[in-house]
Amino acid sequence: MRSRAVLTGTHFLSGDLACAEGAIAAGCRFFGGYPITPATEIAERMSRRLVEVGGVYIQMEDEIGSLAAVIGASYTGKKAMTATSGPGFSLMQENIGLAVMTEAPLVIVNIMRGGPSTGQPTMPGQQDVMQAKWGSHGDYEIIALAPSSVQEMFDLTIDCFNLAESYRVPVMLLADEIIGHMSERVKIPAPEEITIVDRKKPKGPPNEYQPFKPDDDLVPPMGCFGEGYRFHATGLTHDEKGAPKTVSVEEQTKLVRRLCDKIRKNTHKIVRVQEVMLEDAEVAILAYGITSRAALSAVRKARKEGIKAGLLRLITIWPFPTELVAKMADHVTAIVVPEMNYGQIVREVERAAKTTPVSLLSKLGEEPHRPSEIITAMRKALQ
Amino acid sequence: MRTEVRFAGFGGQGIIRSGLILSMATCIYSDKNAVQTQSYGPESRGGSCKSEVVIADEEIDFPKVDDPDIVMVMSQEAYYKYGVTAKKGGVVLVDPDMVTDRNDPREVKMFDVPATKIANEVGKTIVANVVMLGALTAITGIVTPEAVRKAILRNVPKGTEELNMTAFEKGYNYGTQLAGQRND
Repeated sequence: MRSRAVLTGTHFLSGDLACAEGAIAAGCRFFGGYPITPATEIAERMSRRLVEVGGVYIQMEDEIGSLAAVIGASYTGKKAMTATSGPGFSLMQENIGLAVMTEAPLVIVNIMRGGPSTGQPTMPGQQDVMQAKWGSHGDYEIIALAPSSVQEMFDLTIDCFNLAESYRVPVMLLADEIIGHMSERVKIPAPEEITIVDRKKPKGPPNEYQPFKPDDDLVPPMGCFGEGYRFHATGLTHDEKGAPKTVSVEEQTKLVRRLCDKIRKNTHKIVRVQEVMLEDAEVAILAYGITSRAALSAVRKARKEGIKAGLLRLITIWPFPTELVAKMADHVTAIVVPEMNYGQIVREVERAAKTTPVSLLSKLGEEPHRPSEIITAMRKALQ
Repeated sequence: MRTEVRFAGFGGQGIIRSGLILSMATCIYSDKNAVQTQSYGPESRGGSCKSEVVIADEEIDFPKVDDPDIVMVMSQEAYYKYGVTAKKGGVVLVDPDMVTDRNDPREVKMFDVPATKIANEVGKTIVANVVMLGALTAITGIVTPEAVRKAILRNVPKGTEELNMTAFEKGYNYGTQLAGQRND
């Protein structure tokens, strides 16, 4: 019988719709959200599709409530998500911290538009990439992926759920308006060809369960409400049993370090990049999302003009692939970073590249970088 | 080979839908690759609106239009903004009743398609975009009319199939005539 959850076949979809289909295919059965351009189509599609597969869709009163609902759904054992853009993402920051602290696996999609504030609602941007990492208070780590095609809106949404379940952490899909609203051919594989990861379950009896006691990989198995487990989940610093520890230096140090280290120490497993013609490159472009499509075109054209150009496309933005970038920087004479913001990821690149010169090619507003602009920037960087 | 198409008008004319139909016709009902992107203002209806389609045999890296081969213009504002953006030797389709102030570039092939007028004759202004699409299919030959017909049926609301098909055929015939009149 044809699966209602996985629409196997070739489709012509927008990025937003492909994202919704990826979520359903990954096993997402709860969506709590509030519509906002340019992410509304995800909510729209989920509202129809979740009903078909026995899931729940709730339109909440705002984005604060949306993420709170998603955390709650995750704690009942469901795979849960929300989708938003700029202003909605800002409202979610407090609860991103709560999701990190309570180690709730969930997925947040941010179809980035022009900011700050209400900015340009229908226009693209890559202006929330630093907010995704640093927006909530305190020390923490999250995972963020950046799709550059409609196919990746499907594929990477599945990866987001798998990473969230593996590391018990909020995982973000950071797309931009162009990718969200762009339509391309998408291949949805058969259900058996899709890898699905589920959170680790506790093995012992419920009354002996310690909800925040990690295994060797620093990730605690997750018993869920409704499965016989009773425990306290709190935004306060807590011990392995979940009891608040509001004055203990030891517990604060232990918990904050573990929350960060479960990601930091697995960076090599999490990070994914695409390398294009970097073997003999003199100048490298580092790009992600829509910008990487212009960069790919620029590299191909530049090669024809005799410029030894290469591309490092970030699929994972957070944790940042510092080691990979450092290694690349050792082999090139210059790095160009085109971004649809006024300079964000370029700072991470500079930090990793050390002495190799890094130049920002900033673009704000409707149009992404043109390949010719990137070629010009490469020529300048090589002079 | 890479072909770049730009549709421009105001929100509500079906500019984005035109792009979707063309790209679906080429990448689902023909064996080429296609990407459709769009740009519109927050007012949605009435504001300026643009839809872009890139068609190629090979994989498409940059999905936006850089140097358009074909431009379809359905409003005065769109004409001012994009009427002269087609590359040398490119094709520009204009709805002459929507664009009165003109200064046509010489180095492109201009085609006047009174799509809004034809759409009104067919029965509804709203299908002017499909008339234009018919003319574009006939004049440029970038995709077969059969593929476009199939894509239209996938894209229009139930009950409007006949109206849209008539609009497409009218536009296609008009385009065939126009193309036949030219010697270049």
